[in-house]
Amino acid sequence: MALSDKKYSQRIEAAFAKYPDKRSAVMPLLYLAQEEYGWVSPEGIQEVADLCDMDPTQVQSIAGFYTMYSEKPKGKYWLQVCTDLACALRGADEFYEELKAELGVEDGGTTEDGLFTVEHVMCLAACDKAPMLQCNFHFMENLDMDKMRAWIAEKRAEAAKAKK
Amino acid sequence: MTHILLRGRDIPDIWKYDVYVENGGYEAFKKALSLEPKAVIDEVKASNLRGRGGAGFPTGVKWGFIPQSEPVKYVAVNADESETGTFKDREILETNPHQLIEGALICAWAIQATAVYIYLRGEFWDVAHELDKRIEEARRAGFVGQNIQGTGWSCEVYTHLGAGAYICGEESALLNSLEGKLGQPRVRPPFPAQKGGGLYGEPTVVNNVETLANVPWIITNGAAEYKKIGTEQSAGTKIFCVSGHVAKPGNYELPMGVTLRELLYEHAGGVPGGKAMKAILPSGGSGPIIPATDAVLDTPLTYEDMSKIGSILGSASIIVMDETVDITWVAAKVTKFFKHESCGKCTPCREGTYWLDKVLDRIMAGQAQVSDIELIDNVAKNMQGVTLCALGDFAANPIIYTIKNFRDDFMQHVQKADIKPASKARQAAPAGD
Ligand SMILES: Cc1cc2nc3c(=O)[nH]c(=O)nc-3n(C[C@H](O)[C@H](O)[C@H](O)COP(=O)(O)O)c2cc1C
Ligand code: SF4
Ligand code: FES
Repeated sequence: MALSDKKYSQRIEAAFAKYPDKRSAVMPLLYLAQEEYGWVSPEGIQEVADLCDMDPTQVQSIAGFYTMYSEKPKGKYWLQVCTDLACALRGADEFYEELKAELGVEDGGTTEDGLFTVEHVMCLAACDKAPMLQCNFHFMENLDMDKMRAWIAEKRAEAAKAKK
Repeated sequence: MTHILLRGRDIPDIWKYDVYVENGGYEAFKKALSLEPKAVIDEVKASNLRGRGGAGFPTGVKWGFIPQSEPVKYVAVNADESETGTFKDREILETNPHQLIEGALICAWAIQATAVYIYLRGEFWDVAHELDKRIEEARRAGFVGQNIQGTGWSCEVYTHLGAGAYICGEESALLNSLEGKLGQPRVRPPFPAQKGGGLYGEPTVVNNVETLANVPWIITNGAAEYKKIGTEQSAGTKIFCVSGHVAKPGNYELPMGVTLRELLYEHAGGVPGGKAMKAILPSGGSGPIIPATDAVLDTPLTYEDMSKIGSILGSASIIVMDETVDITWVAAKVTKFFKHESCGKCTPCREGTYWLDKVLDRIMAGQAQVSDIELIDNVAKNMQGVTLCALGDFAANPIIYTIKNFRDDFMQHVQKADIKPASKARQAAPAGD
């Protein structure tokens, strides 16, 4: 289990092929590290640094600069709810409060079963479809709590089934 | 009206290569390839096309800055779209991607670029992966890669995903981010178009998605036809992103010069629930907020007319607020955004946004006094024009214009406040971070 795994070799090669220097591949490779470890773990940082001929501290600072690289392990479903102005005018703050209450977690928290992590984020360029969120980088739009409860129940049932 | 940009509204499958080509797709690129690069630049100059990323800089003029003598040159497409209220580039990318690719290729030919990088905000993850497939289709058709259409000119097109940082929409930060550096703005000059200032130090054109998506139409129909749409200083159509308190939020592509009233009432359906419209942010969170008066509503949406009423057209991300909205809350919300997104490189922006946020929290909590309104007004004014990039000004605008135009809303909060000695209130707010 590492970026040296064969399943990544093609994508690593493709990342390097895009740019005239190795360093530019740091962002795509950090995404691969996150895919591999579930977050940008110290091992992931080291491997990316080795691949890009960079210092691990430099890679760490890049990872820290951007919000989509997760600096700690997350739940299976990472829910990033937009509570920025345009969405807030259409009820996103209330939606987010209810969602946190439903899952029993605080902002940035993960449910005990390890399934859901929630956090609020800035505008996701879907302001006409508020309330909305991004789940593991995929958009879910025009939401309400009824839809969310049904979705959460579905994901919990899937997880329970997988355990058996 | 038929659309120039949102053609997916007229021809739903136009995102598919075959459908795009059946509807005239890539003919403009072929036509451009039959012209001298300079003739292409001249045509775009003559069209009066201005940048749709916010600043409205004349596109052809920008292309003309590129020194032709340099062997390596780049096009960077700005698809970072992160300003609250903005969701137009996403619709182009999702529903009419080949038109963006074609526009970027025409730009690349005009400046004789060796590669195009399309920088998408990280959250456009699915969009970018689809766009990669569209680029492959263009490559298979011989529009991307080596010796394009037998011209001897070669050009690659790549996507690059950001990872969640508003500042990377600023053009020099975007270039740093692409190079694998921290996404912080660069000191200018040298500007991106100059040797030393662009991507990997090579001359680079940075254009917004919507800007480039206009270009195929201009090449096909000519600058003279394009100028017939809109007004003299604001040619063409514009995608207006309407959000907030309207019945039908969404994108509306209309000729520039349409009034706010027509856009917001006829197209976007007005304010729901019979409420009155109170305020309008015409350019997302960063532009000056204006009261929704009759005079404002009758203003044509053009660069020139919007500046006359003390605001800007900018990216035309129009956020509407009804009479129930407390504008102090808007100022506080937008300030949280800029505090979060300040890259921290310049002191006035880093410290200023921190302070503004602190004091606004105090105002919202009913713990501030009248002098705190002057305090934030002062802090904001001291951030203007002194920072490395325009984010410092963007962060100052919401404060200065909310206070200027909606002072009563602020007074509501401070009148409720317990009056504390000034020195104590100052002490309560920590300096710096
Ligand atoms: C803080 C900041 C954020 C910006 N974000 C964007 C953006 O998301 N998209 C964009 O096209 N331009 C953005 N810009 C403007 C770009 O710096 C640049 O002017 C633009 O991409 C040029 O393209 P145009 O001439 O086609 O408009 C931003 C500017 C600043 C200062
Ligand atoms: S103005 Fe703000 S965002 Fe822009 S460079 Fe300075 S600190 Fe960074
Ligand atoms: S404000 Fe939420 S998506 Fe734009």
